[in-house]
Amino acid sequence: MEIKKGIAVSPGISIGKCLVIDAEDYRIPRRSIKPSQRMMEIQRARNAFRSAIKELAALESQQEEAEQRNIKDIFAVHLRFLRDRSLRKRITDMIHAESVTAEFAVSTTLREITSHFTRVKDAYISERAADIYDIERRLLRQLLGGKREDIEHLTEEVIVVARQISPTQTAGFNRDFVKGIASDAGGRTGHAAIVARSLGIPAVVGLEDFTEAVGGGNTVIIDGNRGIVIAEPDQDTIAEYETYLQEFLQMEQRLDAIREKPAVTRDGVRITLLGNIEFPDEAQLVLEKGGEGIGLYRTEFLYLGSEQEPTEQDHYEAYAETINVLKDRPVIIRTMDLGADKYTQDKRFVREPNPFLGLRSIRFCLRNLTMFKTQLRAILRASTLGDVKIMFPLISNIQELMQTKLILRDVMEDLDDESISYNRDIDVGIMVETPSAALTSATLARDVDFFSIGTNDLTQYTLAVDRGNEMVSTLYSPVDPAVLRLIRTVIQDAHKEQIDLSVCGEVASEPEHIMLMIGLGVRKLSLAPPMIPEIKQIIRSVTVEDCNAVARKVLSMNSERQISTYLRNAAREVLPEAF
Amino acid sequence: MQPEDQTLDQVVFELEIQIKNADGLHMRPAMQFVDLASKFESEIVVSNDQTSVDGKSIMQMSMLAATCGTKLKVRAEGPDAKEAIDALRELVEVKKFDEPAPGEKK
Repeated sequence: MEIKKGIAVSPGISIGKCLVIDAEDYRIPRRSIKPSQRMMEIQRARNAFRSAIKELAALESQQEEAEQRNIKDIFAVHLRFLRDRSLRKRITDMIHAESVTAEFAVSTTLREITSHFTRVKDAYISERAADIYDIERRLLRQLLGGKREDIEHLTEEVIVVARQISPTQTAGFNRDFVKGIASDAGGRTGHAAIVARSLGIPAVVGLEDFTEAVGGGNTVIIDGNRGIVIAEPDQDTIAEYETYLQEFLQMEQRLDAIREKPAVTRDGVRITLLGNIEFPDEAQLVLEKGGEGIGLYRTEFLYLGSEQEPTEQDHYEAYAETINVLKDRPVIIRTMDLGADKYTQDKRFVREPNPFLGLRSIRFCLRNLTMFKTQLRAILRASTLGDVKIMFPLISNIQELMQTKLILRDVMEDLDDESISYNRDIDVGIMVETPSAALTSATLARDVDFFSIGTNDLTQYTLAVDRGNEMVSTLYSPVDPAVLRLIRTVIQDAHKEQIDLSVCGEVASEPEHIMLMIGLGVRKLSLAPPMIPEIKQIIRSVTVEDCNAVARKVLSMNSERQISTYLRNAAREVLPEAF
Repeated sequence: MQPEDQTLDQVVFELEIQIKNADGLHMRPAMQFVDLASKFESEIVVSNDQTSVDGKSIMQMSMLAATCGTKLKVRAEGPDAKEAIDALRELVEVKKFDEPAPGEKK
């Protein structure tokens, strides 16, 4: 039995068999093996080379007809690398000398070569690093392929244990079978956390080296309430957790009982609670948990689920499915928000050195107009089916907003020309999630119908902290005084211009932060569906007057620690049983 | 070009050649070099100021990262050493890997 403490990011308890997965786009952890396993790993490496050669040779021969000499040359070069004895020898020598897995040896060796190339001054030669990167991934796909496939073709319930979970992997999750997530990397607002919360499955992240403590098929307990994972628990521990699980489920049922009751403060102020969703089949969950609409419909899954770019019809069908569940309730569709991750990086020959400040989200869309317009057309076509609103992410200045709106108008004109109907008065809003947008929100407010404050990115960019990096994640806090000043500015500017405002970041699902948000003037929150009942219960236990006092007090404080301690105590006073 | 060793089937030839195509010894030229070198029985060793590599390994050859103008020492040892050196010199300096020299139109 091994107990590890991490960060609890999605509540719940889960006991089950684990499935350990690796991500091809991240460094493979050092996995030591027993000396007796070395021959097997060497054989695995050889097999991976053999299969990769077969795969490439097939690809090369398909190019026979094409006159693309360059492409054929690329394949030919890659083939020679794969057949290079000295490369293979370097890898097998490493497995032998250091007793590591084939994945680790392949990845380390090829990355050494890559870094050799990137150091060369000549641009033409340093670009060849991309070829080596490609070869590395081809080999890793061979080595990890079987395991990755597992996750898409599950037939029994599992707990997924991974070094880091990528958006592509979560898009492929079969959600009937994934009962919990544990990852070595990540923080409260990382991708694994967001997905787990929206699916309502327990998750613990930031476990550092849990993947090395478990093997596939081991029994694992995930305690998403306390941030604990237990590998191979003994009988007593399992029994203890089964009791705890029952108690937890009973509490959930009590919360579900308030589903039909409105989210109104004790002094009669109505707060609108919406759900954040990623997949169309989560729409039902929003209604089941008492949500009044979708405040954030993430559309990235459409791009990550398959190899091909989604067609207009793919978009339309996904939107229609969600809208039909929600009927006349609002559905805010956020346009593609990818970037700083696998999807956009894979399309690049050379990776961006600083992707979070790079070509991501709306910037990526504005550079890929055909792709962007396809999505806009689908949203507009779906706008006749219900109360659809459109939201643009990561807008960082007024020109960008104007350009984006111009493109939307272009698409509307195209639809007019084709006599396709859509809602001409569709509400258009933006996510306010960069400091520049927050600081200029007075200007931006004049040209949009609503703001939605995305506190996750706003916090990351304001505090210059990578939310997924465990080494600095303690600096990440949405209630840092700097972030709160920006949030207050945005709220005030939205009120002045009389446009709609909501908060859709993780803050909205954080029980401790709800009073502060209401006190700052927020009347609409969009959050992970499983959290709606708990947040509603808090709202029903407070008065706006109390909340205003909390906000005033917080705004007079200068340190994050002081603020978070104060907020925790204030929330405990209101609703002791929730904490 | 001087044969250094004159035993019957073990001949060593060594020659300095210069990369003359504009883009240098990038992947495709490295592939051509390796393919040609591999046709010979002789061992082929290519060196720059810092390191010596196996002329039949694309990984090692490409890691020389030889840009245009770089001088490389090619050493062949074996029964067909002279033929190997001649052929490799022709590929690098005369054919220039069928690529343009600096200033030439592509």
